[in-house]
Amino acid sequence: MALADRNTKLVSAKFGNEDAKTLAGYEKLGGYQMLRKALAMRPEDIANEVKASNLRGRGGAGFATGVKWGFVPKDAKEVHLVCNADESEPGTCKDRELIYWDPHLLVEGMVISAFALKAKHNYIYIRGEMMREYAVIAKAVEEAYARGYLGKNILGSGFECHLTVHRGAGAYICGEETALLNSLEGLRGQPRLKPPFPAIKGLFGNPTIVNNVETLMNVPFIVDKGGAWFAALGPGRSGGTRMLCVSGHVNKPGVYELPIGITFRELIDEVCGGVWKGRKAKAVIPGGTSMPPLTYDELDVPIEFDALMTDERIKPVEIAPGVPFDMGGGRQLRSMAGSGGVVVMDDHTDIPKAVWRIMKFYAHESCGQCTPCREGTGWMTKVAKRVADAQGKPGDLELLASIAHGIAGNTICALGDAAAWPMLGFLTKFRPDFEAALAASGAAA
Amino acid sequence: MSLEFSAESKKKIAALCERYPTKRPVVLAALHLAQKEFGHLSDDALRLVGTTLDLPYAHVYGVATFYTMFRREPGGRTTIRVCTNISCMLRGGYEVLDEFSAKLKLAPGESSKSFSLVEEECIAACANAPAVLCGTKYFLDVTPAQVAAIIAELEREPRPEGEVA
Repeated sequence: MALADRNTKLVSAKFGNEDAKTLAGYEKLGGYQMLRKALAMRPEDIANEVKASNLRGRGGAGFATGVKWGFVPKDAKEVHLVCNADESEPGTCKDRELIYWDPHLLVEGMVISAFALKAKHNYIYIRGEMMREYAVIAKAVEEAYARGYLGKNILGSGFECHLTVHRGAGAYICGEETALLNSLEGLRGQPRLKPPFPAIKGLFGNPTIVNNVETLMNVPFIVDKGGAWFAALGPGRSGGTRMLCVSGHVNKPGVYELPIGITFRELIDEVCGGVWKGRKAKAVIPGGTSMPPLTYDELDVPIEFDALMTDERIKPVEIAPGVPFDMGGGRQLRSMAGSGGVVVMDDHTDIPKAVWRIMKFYAHESCGQCTPCREGTGWMTKVAKRVADAQGKPGDLELLASIAHGIAGNTICALGDAAAWPMLGFLTKFRPDFEAALAASGAAA
Repeated sequence: MSLEFSAESKKKIAALCERYPTKRPVVLAALHLAQKEFGHLSDDALRLVGTTLDLPYAHVYGVATFYTMFRREPGGRTTIRVCTNISCMLRGGYEVLDEFSAKLKLAPGESSKSFSLVEEECIAACANAPAVLCGTKYFLDVTPAQVAAIIAELEREPRPEGEVA
């Protein structure tokens, strides 16, 4: 048992292999053997291995998967497992590739997980725009039914498991798990108040576990080699490998499966061939646009869930120069590993313009339920736009910070925070860029 | 004017209704099918989805107007979704969108008989930015110089989104 190295490939091992996408090709490579193994185990033993594996949610929050599974009440009559395949976080493009190249690994991971959770009716909620991937996963599910990996009495085990692929229709917010459940139930995709959490009361009022694509695709490997093996692949409390999506100003953008704990600098310089045009990185979004950015000097931090939140080399986000943002109870916000979407901006980047584009996205995607988010994201977009266009007004930076601060923590779901955090983060770390834009407007900061 | 689903769509909807405890969850799939068959979601199309799934018109209307892929007005045969979100913007997404706009003589949000041009949010193809999505086909690492050829390809081989509905 050892740490993963850069050649360790689990979920991306079959990338580029067209044959592996078919059931026959997948079986030839040992596919569905882990399901056979799992069905001979006790469900609680599988859940225990997942707990021991330190597998953490790959959708963004990094919550321990085994712990989440443990929240399902023991006496639940009906449980659902839902795969969140609504990948839409800007900068994130791994789940789309994973589904396209290895659809049966997702099906196998889901049936094993459903067996561990004793879940009979299960769903894959796939983003509406992913039409090509929908066709791929729908075919895989059909093949799995025909072969007896889905349906009644799977492989003679007595376990009944159904899987339905449910298409969305264009709404970032449906990646939020309770919005996803509402959308699955045929409603507008608006998030629910929590508690109750889905593990207690989720889809159709039943306990429901919502897991990301990459998370579920790791489960067969845990069944194969054990939770301890998987845990040992990663540092600290983060087991396994991580799919990182690198975009923006690097020479070799790509989707890479890498050891957890590789630093941003190693990722950019060694894996991605450095920043393009011989330039220097100025800002790096660590895991989707919802996460506060890092500066050039902060790139030696490992890309690991806990490190991004606690590493003291990362400057805490502020609401005004010298005044840290309080996440509650005095907790500071540095950043988070998020969804694995690493966006690199070189030193020629117009930061206020980039921030305007990020804000425009959140304003477009706000579901409209909570006033601070519905109104605030629109205001931030408007003000960021005029600052970027050199039409800013005196006090605009304070105004942006105050709107962001008014949204953070005051909405039903995390979309509000997802808009507020990068706003505050960019203002904290790239204030001179905004001040220069204001000066160009003829307005002093 | 009252509309009707084709026999094939009726069959698909009936099969999907078996997969959920009630009919309501099938509303997104039924709306996708209605858009495929009728081109856009007119009031009559929404009424048809409502009567098919025993849902009030107001409910179907609320759902149809929440999601960006549904359109209430007629559109082009192929929808060209040009991503301009951060990763694509950093590598020229807006220049690509402008080029589509100039060549098609359509502002983002407008349609001709052949095309609808959409400024799209992140389509999860960030590592190959700028990216353009047309139905099941992705155009990756797109430069403005390639836009004319892409349009010609889509004229020869339209990519209606309904092909997977």
